[in-house]
Amino acid sequence: MEFIVIIITAALISNVVLSRFLGICAFLGVSNKVETAKGMGIAVIFVILIATAVTFGINNVFLEKTGVFGLDLTYLQTIAFILVIACLVQFLEMFLKKFIPSLYKALGIYLPLITTNCAVLGVALTVAQDYTNFAKGMAYALGTSGGFCISIILMASIREKLEGNDIPESFKGKPIVLIIACLMAIAFTGFSNLNIG
Amino acid sequence: MQIIISSVVLLSVIALIIGIFLGISSEVFKVEVDEKVSKVRECLPGNNCGGCGFAGCDALAEAIAKGEAAVNQCPVGGAPVAAKISEVMGVAAGDSVKMVAFVRCDGTCVNANKAYEYNGVKDCRLAASLPNAGEKKCKNACLGYGTCVNACKFDAIHIVDGVAKVDEEKCVACKACINACPMKVIELVPYAKKHKVVCSNKDKGKPAMDACKVSCIACGMCERTCTKGAIKVVNNVAVMDYTKCDDCGACAEKCPRKCIS
Repeated sequence: MEFIVIIITAALISNVVLSRFLGICAFLGVSNKVETAKGMGIAVIFVILIATAVTFGINNVFLEKTGVFGLDLTYLQTIAFILVIACLVQFLEMFLKKFIPSLYKALGIYLPLITTNCAVLGVALTVAQDYTNFAKGMAYALGTSGGFCISIILMASIREKLEGNDIPESFKGKPIVLIIACLMAIAFTGFSNLNIG
Repeated sequence: MQIIISSVVLLSVIALIIGIFLGISSEVFKVEVDEKVSKVRECLPGNNCGGCGFAGCDALAEAIAKGEAAVNQCPVGGAPVAAKISEVMGVAAGDSVKMVAFVRCDGTCVNANKAYEYNGVKDCRLAASLPNAGEKKCKNACLGYGTCVNACKFDAIHIVDGVAKVDEEKCVACKACINACPMKVIELVPYAKKHKVVCSNKDKGKPAMDACKVSCIACGMCERTCTKGAIKVVNNVAVMDYTKCDDCGACAEKCPRKCIS
Protein backbone atom coordinates (compact mmCIF):
# COMPACT_ATOMS: atom_id res chain seq x y z
CA MET A 1 0.00 0.00 0.00
CA GLU A 2 2.77 2.37 0.94
CA PHE A 3 4.41 1.92 -2.45
CA ILE A 4 1.18 2.68 -4.28
CA VAL A 5 0.84 5.87 -2.24
CA ILE A 6 4.41 6.90 -3.14
CA ILE A 7 3.84 6.20 -6.84
CA ILE A 8 0.51 8.04 -7.04
CA THR A 9 1.84 10.98 -5.05
CA ALA A 10 4.88 11.31 -7.31
CA ALA A 11 2.94 10.79 -10.54
CA LEU A 12 -0.16 12.90 -9.98
CA ILE A 13 -0.15 15.02 -6.82
CA SER A 14 3.35 16.44 -7.19
CA ASN A 15 3.70 15.83 -10.90
CA VAL A 16 7.27 16.43 -11.97
CA VAL A 17 6.41 18.73 -14.87
CA LEU A 18 3.18 20.37 -13.86
CA SER A 19 3.73 21.09 -10.19
CA ARG A 20 7.49 20.88 -9.68
CA PHE A 21 8.39 22.41 -13.07
CA LEU A 22 11.26 20.07 -13.91
CA GLY A 23 11.94 18.75 -17.40
CA ILE A 24 10.00 21.57 -19.08
CA CYS A 25 12.38 21.63 -22.05
CA ALA A 26 11.54 18.14 -23.25
CA PHE A 27 7.91 18.62 -22.23
CA LEU A 28 7.49 21.59 -24.59
CA GLY A 29 9.95 20.51 -27.25
CA VAL A 30 8.99 16.91 -27.96
CA SER A 31 5.22 17.13 -27.56
CA ASN A 32 4.36 17.73 -31.22
CA LYS A 33 3.16 14.22 -31.94
CA VAL A 34 1.77 11.52 -29.68
CA GLU A 35 4.09 8.93 -31.26
CA THR A 36 7.32 10.75 -30.38
CA ALA A 37 5.92 11.84 -27.02
CA LYS A 38 5.31 8.17 -26.16
CA GLY A 39 8.86 7.27 -27.18
CA MET A 40 10.30 10.14 -25.15
CA GLY A 41 8.17 9.27 -22.11
CA ILE A 42 9.21 5.63 -22.15
CA ALA A 43 12.89 6.50 -22.69
CA VAL A 44 12.75 8.89 -19.72
CA ILE A 45 11.15 6.21 -17.51
CA PHE A 46 13.94 3.84 -18.51
CA VAL A 47 16.76 6.31 -17.89
CA ILE A 48 15.33 7.61 -14.61
CA LEU A 49 14.91 4.10 -13.20
CA ILE A 50 18.45 2.98 -14.05
CA ALA A 51 20.02 6.33 -13.10
CA THR A 52 18.25 6.34 -9.73
CA ALA A 53 19.35 2.79 -8.96
CA VAL A 54 23.00 3.51 -9.80
CA THR A 55 23.16 6.92 -8.11
CA PHE A 56 21.47 5.54 -5.00
CA GLY A 57 24.26 2.96 -4.78
CA ILE A 58 27.03 5.51 -5.36
CA ASN A 59 25.54 7.87 -2.82
CA ASN A 60 25.27 5.26 -0.07
CA VAL A 61 28.60 3.53 -0.72
CA PHE A 62 30.86 6.53 -1.34
CA LEU A 63 29.27 9.88 -0.56
CA GLU A 64 27.44 9.38 2.76
CA LYS A 65 29.35 9.57 6.04
CA THR A 66 28.48 5.93 6.63
CA GLY A 67 30.20 4.93 3.36
CA VAL A 68 33.65 3.49 2.71
CA PHE A 69 35.49 6.81 3.08
CA GLY A 70 33.84 7.76 6.36
CA LEU A 71 33.61 11.36 5.14
CA ASP A 72 30.60 13.53 4.35
CA LEU A 73 31.01 13.96 0.59
CA THR A 74 27.34 14.62 -0.19
CA TYR A 75 28.25 17.99 -1.76
CA LEU A 76 29.66 15.95 -4.65
CA GLN A 77 26.20 14.55 -5.43
CA THR A 78 25.42 16.89 -8.33
CA ILE A 79 28.65 16.38 -10.26
CA ALA A 80 28.89 12.65 -9.58
CA PHE A 81 25.27 12.05 -10.56
CA ILE A 82 25.58 14.06 -13.76
CA LEU A 83 28.60 11.93 -14.72
CA VAL A 84 26.60 8.78 -14.17
CA ILE A 85 23.53 10.03 -16.03
CA ALA A 86 25.57 11.17 -19.04
CA CYS A 87 27.30 7.79 -19.11
CA LEU A 88 24.00 5.92 -18.89
CA VAL A 89 22.43 7.86 -21.72
CA GLN A 90 25.50 7.23 -23.89
CA PHE A 91 25.35 3.55 -23.04
CA LEU A 92 21.62 3.39 -23.71
CA GLU A 93 22.19 4.99 -27.10
CA MET A 94 24.79 2.39 -28.08
CA PHE A 95 22.66 -0.44 -26.72
CA LEU A 96 19.56 0.66 -28.64
CA LYS A 97 21.53 1.27 -31.83
CA LYS A 98 22.81 -2.29 -31.70
CA PHE A 99 19.79 -4.25 -30.50
CA ILE A 100 16.64 -2.16 -31.11
CA PRO A 101 17.49 0.05 -34.13
CA SER A 102 13.83 0.81 -34.80
CA LEU A 103 13.39 2.42 -31.37
CA TYR A 104 16.75 4.17 -31.81
CA LYS A 105 15.51 5.73 -35.04
CA ALA A 106 12.15 6.68 -33.54
CA LEU A 107 13.77 8.49 -30.60
CA GLY A 108 16.41 10.11 -32.78
CA ILE A 109 17.81 13.32 -31.35
CA TYR A 110 15.69 13.08 -28.19
CA LEU A 111 17.76 10.27 -26.76
CA PRO A 112 20.90 12.37 -26.11
CA LEU A 113 18.62 15.19 -24.96
CA ILE A 114 17.61 13.10 -21.95
CA THR A 115 21.05 13.87 -20.49
CA THR A 116 20.02 17.47 -20.09
CA ASN A 117 16.54 16.64 -18.84
CA CYS A 118 16.69 18.03 -15.31
CA ALA A 119 13.89 15.70 -14.21
CA VAL A 120 16.45 12.87 -14.28
CA LEU A 121 18.93 14.69 -12.05
CA GLY A 122 16.06 15.99 -9.92
CA VAL A 123 14.81 12.49 -9.15
CA ALA A 124 18.31 11.17 -8.46
CA LEU A 125 19.01 14.02 -6.01
CA THR A 126 15.62 13.79 -4.28
CA VAL A 127 15.99 10.05 -3.82
CA ALA A 128 19.54 10.44 -2.48
CA GLN A 129 18.47 13.07 0.02
CA ASP A 130 15.03 11.91 1.14
CA TYR A 131 14.94 8.14 0.83
CA THR A 132 16.95 5.65 2.87
CA ASN A 133 15.01 2.62 1.64
CA PHE A 134 16.06 1.49 -1.85
CA ALA A 135 12.67 -0.01 -2.82
CA LYS A 136 10.80 3.14 -1.79
CA GLY A 137 13.27 5.28 -3.69
CA MET A 138 12.70 3.20 -6.80
CA ALA A 139 8.93 3.48 -6.35
CA TYR A 140 9.35 7.25 -6.18
CA ALA A 141 11.48 7.20 -9.35
CA LEU A 142 8.88 5.08 -11.15
CA GLY A 143 6.08 7.41 -10.06
CA THR A 144 7.91 10.56 -11.09
CA SER A 145 8.97 9.26 -14.49
CA GLY A 146 5.47 7.82 -15.03
CA GLY A 147 4.10 11.28 -14.21
CA PHE A 148 6.39 12.81 -16.82
CA CYS A 149 5.25 10.23 -19.37
CA ILE A 150 1.57 10.90 -18.61
CA SER A 151 1.86 14.67 -18.86
CA ILE A 152 3.91 14.69 -22.07
CA ILE A 153 1.47 12.29 -23.78
CA LEU A 154 -1.51 14.40 -22.60
CA MET A 155 0.21 17.51 -23.93
CA ALA A 156 0.95 15.88 -27.28
CA SER A 157 -2.67 14.73 -27.65
CA ILE A 158 -3.94 18.24 -26.96
CA ARG A 159 -1.47 19.73 -29.43
CA GLU A 160 -2.52 17.27 -32.13
CA LYS A 161 -6.14 18.31 -31.62
CA LEU A 162 -5.14 21.97 -31.82
CA GLU A 163 -3.69 21.67 -35.29
CA GLY A 164 -6.92 22.21 -37.19
CA ASN A 165 -8.11 25.00 -34.92
CA ASP A 166 -8.31 28.67 -35.66
CA ILE A 167 -5.82 30.14 -33.19
CA PRO A 168 -5.39 33.94 -33.08
CA GLU A 169 -2.29 35.02 -34.98
CA SER A 170 -0.44 36.27 -31.91
CA PHE A 171 -0.95 32.98 -30.04
CA LYS A 172 0.22 30.63 -32.80
CA GLY A 173 3.15 28.35 -32.06
CA LYS A 174 4.80 28.41 -28.63
CA PRO A 175 2.47 30.89 -26.84
CA ILE A 176 -0.57 28.63 -27.13
CA VAL A 177 1.57 25.70 -25.93
CA LEU A 178 2.58 27.65 -22.83
CA ILE A 179 -1.07 28.54 -22.19
CA ILE A 180 -2.01 24.85 -22.47
CA ALA A 181 0.80 23.90 -20.09
CA CYS A 182 -0.47 26.51 -17.65
CA LEU A 183 -4.06 25.22 -17.83
CA MET A 184 -2.82 21.64 -17.39
CA ALA A 185 -0.84 22.70 -14.31
CA ILE A 186 -3.98 24.32 -12.87
CA ALA A 187 -5.97 21.17 -13.62
CA PHE A 188 -3.34 19.04 -11.90
CA THR A 189 -3.60 21.10 -8.69
CA GLY A 190 -6.96 19.36 -8.37
CA PHE A 191 -5.04 16.23 -7.40
CA SER A 192 -3.60 17.95 -4.33
CA ASN A 193 -6.89 17.41 -2.54
CA LEU A 194 -6.72 13.69 -3.28
CA ASN A 195 -6.77 11.98 0.11
CA ILE A 196 -4.82 8.73 -0.10
CA GLY A 197 -3.10 6.62 2.50
CA MET B 1 42.91 18.45 3.19
CA GLN B 2 41.71 14.90 3.48
CA ILE B 3 38.31 15.92 2.10
CA ILE B 4 39.84 17.61 -0.94
CA ILE B 5 42.05 14.64 -1.75
CA SER B 6 39.30 12.08 -1.27
CA SER B 7 36.79 14.02 -3.37
CA VAL B 8 39.29 14.47 -6.20
CA VAL B 9 40.28 10.81 -6.02
CA LEU B 10 36.68 9.67 -5.86
CA LEU B 11 35.55 11.71 -8.84
CA SER B 12 38.59 10.72 -10.88
CA VAL B 13 37.95 7.06 -10.13
CA ILE B 14 34.28 7.35 -11.07
CA ALA B 15 35.19 9.20 -14.28
CA LEU B 16 37.87 6.62 -15.08
CA ILE B 17 35.52 3.70 -14.53
CA ILE B 18 32.83 5.37 -16.66
CA GLY B 19 35.38 6.12 -19.38
CA ILE B 20 36.62 2.53 -19.48
CA PHE B 21 33.06 1.20 -19.35
CA LEU B 22 31.94 3.42 -22.26
CA GLY B 23 35.08 2.61 -24.23
CA ILE B 24 34.54 -1.12 -23.86
CA SER B 25 30.83 -0.94 -24.60
CA SER B 26 31.39 1.17 -27.70
CA GLU B 27 33.58 -1.68 -28.97
CA VAL B 28 31.11 -4.37 -27.89
CA PHE B 29 28.04 -2.63 -29.27
CA LYS B 30 29.73 -1.40 -32.41
CA VAL B 31 27.41 -1.17 -35.38
CA GLU B 32 29.03 -1.44 -38.77
CA VAL B 33 28.09 1.72 -40.62
CA ASP B 34 28.69 1.68 -44.33
CA GLU B 35 31.32 4.30 -45.07
CA LYS B 36 29.45 5.26 -48.22
CA VAL B 37 26.32 6.18 -46.26
CA SER B 38 28.09 8.80 -44.19
CA LYS B 39 29.96 10.15 -47.21
CA VAL B 40 26.77 10.46 -49.26
CA ARG B 41 25.04 12.03 -46.27
CA GLU B 42 27.73 14.71 -46.12
CA CYS B 43 27.00 15.67 -49.75
CA LEU B 44 23.26 16.10 -49.16
CA PRO B 45 21.89 19.51 -48.14
CA GLY B 46 20.46 18.35 -44.81
CA ASN B 47 17.15 20.18 -44.96
CA ASN B 48 15.28 16.93 -44.29
CA CYS B 49 12.49 18.26 -46.49
CA GLY B 50 11.43 14.85 -47.79
CA GLY B 51 11.24 16.08 -51.38
CA CYS B 52 13.04 12.96 -52.58
CA GLY B 53 10.25 10.74 -51.27
CA PHE B 54 12.34 9.35 -48.39
CA ALA B 55 11.95 10.15 -44.71
CA GLY B 56 14.85 12.60 -44.71
CA CYS B 57 18.43 13.09 -45.82
CA ASP B 58 19.65 10.16 -43.68
CA ALA B 59 17.14 7.79 -45.24
CA LEU B 60 18.00 8.97 -48.75
CA ALA B 61 21.74 8.58 -48.08
CA GLU B 62 21.13 5.00 -46.97
CA ALA B 63 19.02 4.26 -50.03
CA ILE B 64 21.59 5.77 -52.40
CA ALA B 65 24.42 3.82 -50.78
CA LYS B 66 22.41 0.62 -51.17
CA GLY B 67 21.71 1.48 -54.80
CA GLU B 68 17.97 1.72 -54.22
CA ALA B 69 17.82 5.39 -55.13
CA ALA B 70 19.32 7.36 -57.99
CA VAL B 71 22.32 9.60 -57.29
CA ASN B 72 20.34 12.61 -58.53
CA GLN B 73 17.29 11.82 -56.40
CA CYS B 74 17.76 14.93 -54.28
CA PRO B 75 15.68 17.70 -55.90
CA VAL B 76 17.09 20.38 -53.60
CA GLY B 77 20.77 19.88 -54.32
CA GLY B 78 20.26 19.41 -58.05
CA ALA B 79 23.19 18.84 -60.36
CA PRO B 80 26.10 19.92 -58.07
CA VAL B 81 25.04 17.54 -55.31
CA ALA B 82 24.35 14.76 -57.81
CA ALA B 83 27.85 15.21 -59.19
CA LYS B 84 29.41 14.97 -55.73
CA ILE B 85 27.38 11.88 -54.83
CA SER B 86 28.17 10.17 -58.11
CA GLU B 87 31.86 10.74 -57.32
CA VAL B 88 31.39 8.95 -54.00
CA MET B 89 29.38 6.16 -55.57
CA GLY B 90 31.46 5.91 -58.74
CA VAL B 91 28.44 6.16 -61.04
CA ALA B 92 27.67 8.63 -63.81
CA ALA B 93 25.45 11.40 -62.50
CA GLY B 94 23.03 11.60 -65.39
CA ASP B 95 21.36 14.82 -66.33
CA SER B 96 19.31 16.39 -63.65
CA VAL B 97 17.09 19.18 -64.95
CA LYS B 98 16.36 21.90 -62.40
CA MET B 99 12.66 21.84 -61.71
CA VAL B 100 10.52 24.39 -59.93
CA ALA B 101 6.98 24.36 -58.66
CA PHE B 102 4.43 26.17 -60.78
CA VAL B 103 0.87 27.21 -59.96
CA ARG B 104 -1.43 26.43 -62.88
CA CYS B 105 -3.90 29.18 -62.16
CA ASP B 106 -4.09 32.90 -62.76
CA GLY B 107 -7.48 33.41 -61.16
CA THR B 108 -6.54 36.67 -59.47
CA CYS B 109 -9.12 38.89 -57.80
CA VAL B 110 -9.60 40.70 -61.13
CA ASN B 111 -9.67 37.68 -63.41
CA ALA B 112 -11.73 35.15 -61.46
CA ASN B 113 -15.44 35.54 -60.86
CA LYS B 114 -16.88 34.56 -57.53
CA ALA B 115 -19.82 32.24 -56.98
CA TYR B 116 -20.42 33.57 -53.46
CA GLU B 117 -18.66 35.39 -50.62
CA TYR B 118 -16.74 33.26 -48.14
CA ASN B 119 -15.67 34.64 -44.77
CA GLY B 120 -14.66 31.48 -42.93
CA VAL B 121 -11.32 30.06 -41.85
CA LYS B 122 -8.59 30.97 -44.31
CA ASP B 123 -7.44 27.46 -45.13
CA CYS B 124 -7.53 25.87 -48.57
CA ARG B 125 -8.12 22.36 -47.24
CA LEU B 126 -11.30 23.54 -45.53
CA ALA B 127 -12.43 25.85 -48.33
CA ALA B 128 -11.94 23.06 -50.89
CA SER B 129 -14.62 21.00 -49.16
CA LEU B 130 -17.22 23.76 -49.56
CA PRO B 131 -19.86 23.72 -52.31
CA ASN B 132 -18.34 24.49 -55.73
CA ALA B 133 -14.88 23.88 -54.18
CA GLY B 134 -14.41 27.35 -52.76
CA GLU B 135 -15.81 30.78 -53.48
CA LYS B 136 -14.30 31.13 -56.96
CA LYS B 137 -16.66 30.07 -59.73
CA CYS B 138 -13.95 27.90 -61.27
CA LYS B 139 -13.90 24.46 -59.64
CA ASN B 140 -10.17 24.00 -60.27
CA ALA B 141 -8.86 27.37 -59.15
CA CYS B 142 -6.13 28.27 -56.70
CA LEU B 143 -8.11 29.25 -53.61
CA GLY B 144 -5.45 31.65 -52.39
CA TYR B 145 -5.66 30.97 -48.64
CA GLY B 146 -2.02 30.05 -48.38
CA THR B 147 -1.94 26.40 -47.29
CA CYS B 148 1.01 26.02 -49.67
CA VAL B 149 2.69 29.09 -48.15
CA ASN B 150 2.61 27.42 -44.73
CA ALA B 151 3.90 24.16 -46.20
CA CYS B 152 6.92 25.81 -47.87
CA LYS B 153 10.05 25.68 -45.77
CA PHE B 154 12.03 27.85 -48.16
CA ASP B 155 9.83 30.97 -48.29
CA ALA B 156 9.45 30.37 -52.02
CA ILE B 157 5.67 30.61 -52.47
CA HIS B 158 3.46 33.57 -51.67
CA ILE B 159 -0.12 34.65 -52.22
CA VAL B 160 -0.16 37.57 -54.64
CA ASP B 161 -3.50 39.08 -55.53
CA GLY B 162 -5.45 36.01 -54.43
CA VAL B 163 -3.31 33.44 -56.23
CA ALA B 164 -0.20 31.56 -55.13
CA LYS B 165 2.97 32.57 -56.95
CA VAL B 166 6.23 30.64 -56.83
CA ASP B 167 9.53 32.45 -56.44
CA GLU B 168 11.53 30.39 -58.93
CA GLU B 169 14.88 31.46 -57.54
CA LYS B 170 14.05 30.22 -54.06
CA CYS B 171 12.09 27.10 -55.06
CA VAL B 172 13.97 23.82 -54.56
CA ALA B 173 11.26 21.53 -55.97
CA CYS B 174 10.72 19.69 -52.69
CA LYS B 175 7.04 19.10 -53.58
CA ALA B 176 5.81 20.22 -50.14
CA CYS B 177 3.34 22.69 -51.70
CA ILE B 178 2.22 20.13 -54.28
CA ASN B 179 1.32 17.70 -51.53
CA ALA B 180 -0.33 20.41 -49.45
CA CYS B 181 -2.55 21.81 -52.21
CA PRO B 182 -6.06 20.30 -52.04
CA MET B 183 -6.91 21.64 -55.50
CA LYS B 184 -3.90 20.01 -57.18
CA VAL B 185 -3.08 23.13 -59.17
CA ILE B 186 0.65 23.06 -58.46
CA GLU B 187 3.05 20.98 -60.55
CA LEU B 188 6.76 20.71 -61.21
CA VAL B 189 7.99 22.30 -64.42
CA PRO B 190 11.51 22.73 -65.82
CA TYR B 191 13.07 25.96 -64.57
CA ALA B 192 14.24 26.97 -68.05
CA LYS B 193 10.81 26.76 -69.74
CA LYS B 194 9.25 30.13 -70.50
CA HIS B 195 5.87 28.99 -71.82
CA LYS B 196 3.46 27.19 -69.54
CA VAL B 197 -0.27 26.62 -69.39
CA VAL B 198 -1.56 28.80 -66.55
CA CYS B 199 -4.97 27.24 -66.12
CA SER B 200 -6.44 24.07 -64.66
CA ASN B 201 -10.11 24.67 -65.48
CA LYS B 202 -11.74 21.44 -66.60
CA ASP B 203 -14.91 23.03 -67.95
CA LYS B 204 -15.54 23.58 -71.63
CA GLY B 205 -16.68 26.66 -73.53
CA LYS B 206 -19.15 28.96 -71.84
CA PRO B 207 -18.97 27.72 -68.23
CA ALA B 208 -15.17 28.09 -68.37
CA MET B 209 -15.53 31.54 -69.93
CA ASP B 210 -17.93 32.64 -67.19
CA ALA B 211 -15.67 31.46 -64.41
CA CYS B 212 -12.54 33.41 -65.24
CA LYS B 213 -11.16 35.91 -67.73
CA VAL B 214 -8.10 33.78 -68.45
CA SER B 215 -9.57 30.26 -68.41
CA CYS B 216 -8.74 27.49 -70.86
CA ILE B 217 -11.95 26.77 -72.78
CA ALA B 218 -10.57 23.63 -74.45
CA CYS B 219 -10.89 25.15 -77.95
CA GLY B 220 -7.86 23.17 -79.15
CA MET B 221 -6.20 26.10 -80.93
CA CYS B 222 -2.87 25.44 -79.23
CA GLU B 223 -3.00 21.76 -80.17
CA ARG B 224 -3.50 22.67 -83.82
CA THR B 225 -0.81 25.35 -83.75
CA CYS B 226 1.94 23.26 -82.21
CA THR B 227 4.17 21.59 -84.78
CA LYS B 228 5.91 19.31 -82.25
CA GLY B 229 2.81 17.75 -80.77
CA ALA B 230 3.89 19.07 -77.38
CA ILE B 231 0.53 20.47 -76.28
CA LYS B 232 -2.70 18.50 -76.05
CA VAL B 233 -6.13 19.19 -74.67
CA VAL B 234 -6.75 16.51 -72.08
CA ASN B 235 -9.86 16.58 -69.89
CA ASN B 236 -10.85 19.94 -71.37
CA VAL B 237 -7.63 21.65 -70.37
CA ALA B 238 -4.43 22.18 -72.34
CA VAL B 239 -1.54 20.08 -71.06
CA MET B 240 2.04 20.66 -72.13
CA ASP B 241 4.61 17.91 -72.59
CA TYR B 242 7.77 19.72 -71.48
CA THR B 243 10.06 17.10 -72.98
CA LYS B 244 8.74 17.83 -76.49
CA CYS B 245 8.19 21.58 -76.17
CA ASP B 246 10.99 23.74 -77.56
CA ASP B 247 9.66 26.99 -76.11
CA CYS B 248 8.79 28.55 -79.51
CA GLY B 249 5.77 30.34 -78.06
CA ALA B 250 3.46 29.83 -81.05
CA CYS B 251 0.70 28.41 -78.86
CA ALA B 252 0.87 31.34 -76.47
CA GLU B 253 0.39 33.76 -79.36
CA LYS B 254 -2.58 31.88 -80.77
CA CYS B 255 -4.37 31.21 -77.47
CA PRO B 256 -7.61 33.26 -77.57
CA ARG B 257 -7.86 33.26 -73.78
CA LYS B 258 -4.23 34.17 -73.13
CA CYS B 259 -3.93 31.34 -70.64
CA ILE B 260 -0.54 30.23 -71.94
CA SER B 261 2.23 32.45 -70.67
